[in-house]
Amino acid sequence: MIRIAGLSVSYGAVQALRDVTFDAPSGTVTAVIGANGAGKTTLLRSISGTVRPVAGEIDLDGTRLIGKRPENIARLGVGHVPEGRGVIEEFTVEENLRLGALHGKQKLQAGLDDQFDLFPVLGERRRQAAGTLSGGERQMLAMARALIAKPSVLLLDEPSLGLAPIVTADLMRTIKELCEDRKLTVILVEQDAMSALRVSERAVVLHVGRVAADDRSEVVAADENLKHYYLGMTQ
Amino acid sequence: MDAFLTSRPIGDLLSGIVGGTVIGLVALSLVLIWRATHILNFAQGAMAMFATYIGMTRLQHRLTVNVIGIHFTVHFNYWWCVAISILAGLAIGGITERVLVRPLYGKPEINPIVVMVGYLALLEALAGAIWGTIPITIQTPFSFIDWQLGGKTVLLSPNDVYRVVATLVVAIVIALLFRFTNLGLQLRASAVAPEVSRLLGVRVGRMLTIGWILASGVGAVAAVILTSSSFQQPLQPPVMEAPFAIAFIAAAIGGLESPTGALVAGIAFGVMEQFVTDYLNSNYVLLIALGALILVLMIRPQGLFSKRVVRRV
Repeated sequence: MIRIAGLSVSYGAVQALRDVTFDAPSGTVTAVIGANGAGKTTLLRSISGTVRPVAGEIDLDGTRLIGKRPENIARLGVGHVPEGRGVIEEFTVEENLRLGALHGKQKLQAGLDDQFDLFPVLGERRRQAAGTLSGGERQMLAMARALIAKPSVLLLDEPSLGLAPIVTADLMRTIKELCEDRKLTVILVEQDAMSALRVSERAVVLHVGRVAADDRSEVVAADENLKHYYLGMTQ
Repeated sequence: MDAFLTSRPIGDLLSGIVGGTVIGLVALSLVLIWRATHILNFAQGAMAMFATYIGMTRLQHRLTVNVIGIHFTVHFNYWWCVAISILAGLAIGGITERVLVRPLYGKPEINPIVVMVGYLALLEALAGAIWGTIPITIQTPFSFIDWQLGGKTVLLSPNDVYRVVATLVVAIVIALLFRFTNLGLQLRASAVAPEVSRLLGVRVGRMLTIGWILASGVGAVAAVILTSSSFQQPLQPPVMEAPFAIAFIAAAIGGLESPTGALVAGIAFGVMEQFVTDYLNSNYVLLIALGALILVLMIRPQGLFSKRVVRRV
């Protein structure tokens, strides 16, 4: 379980997160939704250690993550698929996966076999440069590269960005299955709030850096005021 | 066949390749550091010179070690000294990155340039203070007398072959390391995508240090084979200044992102130098090199072998 308490982050004079507190239980998808600039990406970056909070605590199953370097947090089992996917375009698909597997908990070949079972198209393109993949294939590669290390927590930042609706639907289904089959803790940041609410058990609504709601996803999805005022959705 | 091998153009070609190997290796070491940290290491040649002094001044020395009452005497022959020079080069690279370069990451681009130029002056002055400024002639490990074919001279000696083979071995080892090992994968990833690499558990800071260590080791090999040419290039504090300047031009022409480009451009430069010196005049060498540099920078600014870098603005 990821436990976040009183988290505040500032970029100079701009406060991106203010006293954010919520739990992301093990084996569930927790959606983090909100308008642009709400602090969603900053929240994920704080968990993975690429942003230093000014206050607060982040615990992973009792281990304090605040103050740890990103590489050490990754080695503790936190996989982060950043916004824009972050695949290394100059590398082949297999090299990207090899890099992901280096500090993971399983042998390379077993990991590759797992990921090619999950995303068969990556197996077909294993020798191809990642820069030549389509948007959907890049997203699969980014997820496979995080999953090959067998993380206990997966942070997904806008995985549907730039994808066709049918690809997004496939992706959301895969996220749900992964969470159930592998008992992963997933924190899913999404602009597409309805997709995120459908796939998640819990939802945290961020509004200008503060938690506006933290509840079961179906409760958030049914709250018309929340959707109207914080998510910009019309009835 | 004999007439062909002893002909003037083939002689120039062979001599050019031999001369170009050192330039290629220094250019390669520059590129390794540039790719890892985007710093132009103006002290690269001086670091290599210093490492060579540390190793090669041991030549002919004896070291007696007393282990539980038994005396062992080590006689430092040429190969021992080469090993010490390379180890010294590796150590200098690591120390330089940790002490001098690491505080400069993220600072204005002019800062590392100023620091590296200062470091170059410091190392040359320090070498002069420790070992003196009188040139030291280092014995060649193999004969430097050119082979004869049918009574004619081929412009190639066993020592020249050693220089070319040593360069090829270093280049192949570096290529294999970067292409096929996990360390090479992490070094490449840290250079092109440091933040993503960190998110995957790669210790990027350590990779940058290793990048400097490797580059400095390659530079030390270059300085060792340059000075292992008997009287032609004796060891002295400024010995690497001219090869560094030429290697810098070669690296820019080949492409600062391309190790292959640096090596090929370095060797091509050596061949060009030989032909120009033989058929025209050695005064034209630098002129042609700078002309080629300007032309390449105008037509293909990323260099002949580097891919075009597109930056998002």
